[in-house]
Amino acid sequence: MSTIQEVQDEIISEFEILGDDKESTIYYIMELGDGLPEFPEAERVDENIIKGCQSKVWLTAHEVDGRVIFEADSNTDITKGLISLLVRVLSGRKPMEISNADLYFIDKIGMGNIIGSQRSNGLASMIKQMKFYALAFQAKQNA
Amino acid sequence: MPFTIESIREHFPVLHQEVHGKPLIYLDNAATTQKPKQVLEALNSYYANDNANIHRGAHALADRATRKYENTRTMVGDFINAKEEAEIIFTKGTTESINLVASTFGRKFIQKGDEVIISTMEHHSNIVPWQMLCEANGAVLRVIPISESGEIIFDEFEKLLSPRTKLVSIVHASNSLGTINPVKAIINRAHAVGAKVLLDGAQSTSHLEIDVQDLDCDFLAFSAHKLYGPTGLGVLYGKREILEQMPPYQGGGEMIKEVTFAKTTYNEIPFKFEAGTPNIADVIAFGEALNFISGLTKPLIKAHEDSLLAYAVELTSKIKGFIPIGTAKEKVSVLSFNINGMHPFDVGVMLDAKGIAVRTGHHCTQPLMQRFGIEGTVRASFAVYNTKSEVEKFAESVERIAKIKNK
Repeated sequence: MSTIQEVQDEIISEFEILGDDKESTIYYIMELGDGLPEFPEAERVDENIIKGCQSKVWLTAHEVDGRVIFEADSNTDITKGLISLLVRVLSGRKPMEISNADLYFIDKIGMGNIIGSQRSNGLASMIKQMKFYALAFQAKQNA
Repeated sequence: MPFTIESIREHFPVLHQEVHGKPLIYLDNAATTQKPKQVLEALNSYYANDNANIHRGAHALADRATRKYENTRTMVGDFINAKEEAEIIFTKGTTESINLVASTFGRKFIQKGDEVIISTMEHHSNIVPWQMLCEANGAVLRVIPISESGEIIFDEFEKLLSPRTKLVSIVHASNSLGTINPVKAIINRAHAVGAKVLLDGAQSTSHLEIDVQDLDCDFLAFSAHKLYGPTGLGVLYGKREILEQMPPYQGGGEMIKEVTFAKTTYNEIPFKFEAGTPNIADVIAFGEALNFISGLTKPLIKAHEDSLLAYAVELTSKIKGFIPIGTAKEKVSVLSFNINGMHPFDVGVMLDAKGIAVRTGHHCTQPLMQRFGIEGTVRASFAVYNTKSEVEKFAESVERIAKIKNK
């Protein structure tokens, strides 16, 4: 499995191919969302909604063999595409890797410019929640 | 000023730019209009030449600033045909104007068991102040339902009226739908049961000719920044006899006649409601915005905007998956819509990538969105400086976006 850094660098080079054209970048992000695994209907409940996002975002985390598996969904295609990037980078990793991860790819691919400042706050809430889950599993493992 | 769109656009520096490498097409005018050069120059010139605190200054600058400030008050009075300029109160915006009425007229004249009527299409700023009032004094809020096309159901409004009705506070033109409400008939019926009427004119004053004496409304609230003027400035018009009976809003300088520690007496209207140093520069610059509008004349502005809206409706009606929200017969130049299978936010971001500025979301009218069972809409709104070719580019872009989910 590639490291967090390797996956981020992969994403950065994919976005470099798209260049500065905002339109193609958005279409690409929306296509990425299609690649997210189907979100379990039973998990589509208010408790799994991330607060601070303008669009609806559902996120769950499960521990499998000491690794954190994230599942996520959104009611907007662009947000779904963004989540798919976070899932690609963080899902299936050890809790400590996730909580320590420096997610530099978000700035590098110019996410703030793509989704605007208000939605960037939503993205920050999403990351915070993923790291929070990781810390909780970490604490459980250490207990 | 000759009425060619090109010459009008020359007055708006902000329109001549690219966003994301595409020429800006600004269709978010219901949120705020852009400002003509005259307004920008007036702001600059005030601070460069005239800056002084107004009223009571014993020097030339204060006198000049006062005259210019009060001159705008007169212009606003003329703009809405108020009987006298003392009926014009400057506020921070429509929201503050409504809050002022809720806090003063509301506290004094609306008691437990009395009723305030609003409609389903109100902006939160014409819902929440009344909810707060009702919560504080036990009055009851009644809501006029609307039809599928986004029009008030007049029979239902009439059924809500009773001697308990103390105020009808209603939007003149809906910010989310564009619907122009039959306010003259509403005012008429409300007065028949002894109720007063507040018109939220935030969206109507830039498009429609407003004559408060002919309408006979008791209050009119609107914002300068939707009228090609500066942000942070609004107007409350009120009939003299009502304003005089209302207690002051905020306490402080300017609003007093005499202060002693034993008792304070209050100034005359409108000063009674303008505590503290007002927004002098923006008021003066707003005068230039009003000059700009009266130079073009409202009927010409409306005719142009109506033709843009009609063209946009015509072009978008052919788009597969295009769902218009709000199809009232009488509308200001607002086109609210959704695309089948798409979230309004996604549509908005994709339009932005094309250089097209629209607004997405609930537009501060969540109960209205609930009425239509939607989360939000995409809203394009047209102003005097928009062009047919911009409408075409907008429609083409919407069509391309809609195709993603509607093949």
